[in-house]
Amino acid sequence: MTGKKQNDMETKKLTRVDYIFRPDNTCLDTLKKSLRRDRDEIILELIDSGLKGRGGAGFLTGLKWKLAKEAAGDVKYVICNADEGEPGTFKDREILDRVPRRVFTGMALCGYVIGSKEGFLYLRAEYKFLAPKLMSIMAEMNQEFKKLGLDFTLNIRYGSGAYVCGEETALIDSMEGRRGEPRNKPPFPVTEGYLNKPTVVNNVETFVNCTIIMGIGAEEYKRFGTDSSRGFKLFSVSGDCSKEGIYELELGMLLSDFVEEFGDGDTKAVQVGGASGFCVPRKKFNQTIIGFEGIPTGGSMKIFNSSRSMYHVLHNYLEFFEEESCGQCTPCRVGCQQLLKGIEAVKSKQRSSSYLDELVKLAKVMKVASKCGLGQSVGNAFVSIVDNFREEIIY
Amino acid sequence: MINMINLTINNIPVSVEEGTTIIEAARRLSIRIPSLCNHDDLCVSGNCRVCVVEQVGNPTLQAACATPVRENMQILTNSMMVMQARKTIIELLLSEHNADCTKCYKNGNCELQDLSNEYRIGNQVYIDLIPLKHYTIDQSSPSLIKDDSKCIRCQRCVRTCSDLQAVSALSAAYKGSEMKISSFYDRPMHEVICTNCGQCINRCPTGALTERNYIDEVWDAIYDPGKHVVVQTAPAVRVALGEELGYDPGARVTGKLVTALRRLGFDSVLDTDFTADLTIMEEGTELLTRLKKVLVDKDTSMALPMFTSCSPGWIKFIEHTFPDLLPHLSTCKSPQQMFGALAKTYYAQKKGINPKDIVSVSIMPCTAKKFEATRPEMRDSGYQDVDYVLTTRELAIMIKQAGIEFMKLDDEDYDRFMGESSGAGVIFGATGGVMEAALRTAYEIVTGREVPFQNLNITPVRGMEGIKEAEVKIENVKPDWSFLEGVTLRVAIAHGLANAKRLMTAIRDGKVVYHFIEIMACPGGCLGGGGQPIPTNLEIRKKRAEAIYAEDENLPIRKSHENPEIIQIYQEFLGEPLSHTSHELLHTHYVPRKRY
Ligand SMILES: Cc1cc2nc3c(=O)[nH]c(=O)nc-3n(C[C@H](O)[C@H](O)[C@H](O)COP(=O)(O)O)c2cc1C
Ligand code: SF4
Ligand code: SF4
Ligand code: SF4
Ligand code: SF4
Ligand code: FES
Repeated sequence: MTGKKQNDMETKKLTRVDYIFRPDNTCLDTLKKSLRRDRDEIILELIDSGLKGRGGAGFLTGLKWKLAKEAAGDVKYVICNADEGEPGTFKDREILDRVPRRVFTGMALCGYVIGSKEGFLYLRAEYKFLAPKLMSIMAEMNQEFKKLGLDFTLNIRYGSGAYVCGEETALIDSMEGRRGEPRNKPPFPVTEGYLNKPTVVNNVETFVNCTIIMGIGAEEYKRFGTDSSRGFKLFSVSGDCSKEGIYELELGMLLSDFVEEFGDGDTKAVQVGGASGFCVPRKKFNQTIIGFEGIPTGGSMKIFNSSRSMYHVLHNYLEFFEEESCGQCTPCRVGCQQLLKGIEAVKSKQRSSSYLDELVKLAKVMKVASKCGLGQSVGNAFVSIVDNFREEIIY
Repeated sequence: MINMINLTINNIPVSVEEGTTIIEAARRLSIRIPSLCNHDDLCVSGNCRVCVVEQVGNPTLQAACATPVRENMQILTNSMMVMQARKTIIELLLSEHNADCTKCYKNGNCELQDLSNEYRIGNQVYIDLIPLKHYTIDQSSPSLIKDDSKCIRCQRCVRTCSDLQAVSALSAAYKGSEMKISSFYDRPMHEVICTNCGQCINRCPTGALTERNYIDEVWDAIYDPGKHVVVQTAPAVRVALGEELGYDPGARVTGKLVTALRRLGFDSVLDTDFTADLTIMEEGTELLTRLKKVLVDKDTSMALPMFTSCSPGWIKFIEHTFPDLLPHLSTCKSPQQMFGALAKTYYAQKKGINPKDIVSVSIMPCTAKKFEATRPEMRDSGYQDVDYVLTTRELAIMIKQAGIEFMKLDDEDYDRFMGESSGAGVIFGATGGVMEAALRTAYEIVTGREVPFQNLNITPVRGMEGIKEAEVKIENVKPDWSFLEGVTLRVAIAHGLANAKRLMTAIRDGKVVYHFIEIMACPGGCLGGGGQPIPTNLEIRKKRAEAIYAEDENLPIRKSHENPEIIQIYQEFLGEPLSHTSHELLHTHYVPRKRY
């Protein structure tokens, strides 16, 4: 992944766009228009748009809806994943604060398409302060759905405060009142989700994109991004940067362009995709595309300048995972502890530097053998930081 | 029609039914994929990850226990990637595991030990995490010990306690490196709703959950020349002990069991089956009395259906979960406790031994009976009625300690008195057995004829169905029982507390109507008890049940009321069922308990 030569790939210039945060008072018209359309036609348009989920895994959204629509059963659910637990990410909060109607319209569209009568916003516990406002908008929209003849009701549920509950099956567990633990897949939520009924779980920003595509059409949408990464997305820029904040950018840009725009002139590395993402060193900036063909990101972009110790950066990430692993599966629960204690032992010279190679092997086992995306992605940051900044870890 | 799926495992083609998991499909090809969290009795969890296999074309490994087969899958169970992952996972487990096998109670019967042995885990690669952990050992329960330092967090116990037993005394708590198996708010096990059934012990792959053992205490009693040590053996022990000592499941080792106990030095080797027969006399009479009070006297204070009370795990469960239904419980003590009360009264008198010098030991398939023996109600002889309860497993350990070559022993017979039993007493060990024994006697008391089933085998109440029901029409009764003429007796049987809970809920909601209900806390009844040999699964439990019914068929007396020692004890000591002495020694009462 990291450092793959991407010469022959299509790239895009860093371009700011403004779709997501436009005033959301036109959403109802979009919904009205869509409700007159055939469901399969909507699915085809979504698939054609190339929209991939913005929550991290990057599954084709249109395909997910198609699977849920085709799944047997007359009770189905729509869930909007607003658990946003990735450290340094706050784009979903911003969306819910500024353009909630765009999210709820996307959910209603999904309900219409897959045949679901009930949708839930799964809101991160820390975002409860948004709830009063969101609930009154939901109530308004529920009325509007009724007027439009759409049998769909929006509801709200609160997260438990555990990072892992952002994982869709753990989220469903937690909604069902259990300890949130990722489940085995298959079965996927599209066939057996909430209360074992077919369920679509999408990220906040994904639903927003669905609404936008229904508004402007797939043709227009496809002008943005690259073959593998269509459209635009929000980036939460933080760290040693010239302008921290949330930016809506076209997908497919080179990391070097990004650093030029947002870095402080002394950028040593960028962590693309937060704790579960990859660390890209300076020498690879101009070969790295931000998108599914290069390094995908749920939105978090953390910039490090030369004053940063990459040991501390890695240590922080590992502490986070050691604590946030749900603890059920062996590779992740014990692996996280071993990686953390391992780099401490190397740093303090209790273990030789070659122990890092054992740890890299371990991280690779975690990647292939863990039960869910959390354990599977710990190795991303670990291997990319150790590979690129080995000296900083040892000395 | 069942859909067949074609795939290859290690390049060998196989065709299996849709829905089969990879681990099961591999078994058909005699390929064993190692597993820890998976258990035949439990739903799939897929958390230990030792069963991961490679699916050609898939960058991540798949948990073979949790992944259903798909058409054209190519599975590799021993590829380099798999072997490396598996070994790493075992090493990781060991790095947080207090692996002092030589001092561990499960040494020699531990799935983690077997696995490390297979993979020859030598030098520890990873950092020893034990010093960083604050593992605790909970020894508060009289029945079980929970040692977190031996726990691999497979959650088999959690699934057992919630899915099979509907108790949920154990659950996964905390996250990350702190994740552990915990009781409600980390309270000691004896303060929570645990029923002491021991089903979690039977399924724990390691030494993290074990019975609290009293082996040393029993040896001490045997060695004490001033003590007269009597031992009783429960029905289910004789069809399972062999599994610990070289036999296949289903072996009947009654005679060798008796010989071994004598060789161990017990002064008198007696049989709980005797008090099982006694239970039938008392409980059967109690049922008929209740029926009379309800049907004839229209006494609304009498609760029907009546529930059996011989399973102490069930007793604690109903005390916590359905305290409002306690009046339905028969007041009969369990056979173990009837025996204990008689050992220090009737037996002591007959033998001319001061009861204070008697040590009463019981060999049980059950861990809940350890708790039961400590209940304050269980001191009607003036002493603790049963001093020590050993499980089948503990007895096997003693037999090994004493160097007894069990398989080569001759068969011997129980001592008299309180050593004679009928086939009805034996079948107490299987689900439905108490019901069958009670019907054999009650029907005959009421009609003067044998139960109308071929060869006395009341097959509708047998088998491993979770809830069973049966009806017996009573006709041509003796004059004393005319109120039962034409009545259809409706009975039900549940085993495993989850099934008990379903049945109790249906009764409470008035959805079902019965006269008599048998409940056993453990799946399969006592033969699947929490003190029985490990491993357990449906197949093993069926084998033990077959052995129990074979034992019954082979006994000359098959009805409790025909047991000559039973006739004798009523003549000499008790008078009649439900007599004053019976009430004093053989019956008890229950206490409502809170859920939290
Ligand atoms: C540990 C973990 C945490 C996650 N947290 C989130 C989250 O906070 N928000 C989110 O949308 N998706 C999160 N995901 C991804 C979800 O499982 C799921 O893929 C996503 O909600 C699907 O929506 P999408 O297709 O629209 O991206 C997380 C995944 C993992 C493994
Ligand atoms: S990978 Fe980590 S978070 Fe995911 S199931 Fe395993 S222990 Fe839980
Ligand atoms: S639980 Fe098993 S592996 Fe652990 S110390 Fe005991 S016997 Fe050894
Ligand atoms: S106590 Fe035993 S069964 Fe329960 S999680 Fe630990 S090892 Fe598994
Ligand atoms: S002994 Fe029975 S009730 Fe107690 S924790 Fe184990 S399974 Fe649950
Ligand atoms: S046996 Fe398959 S994951 Fe544990």
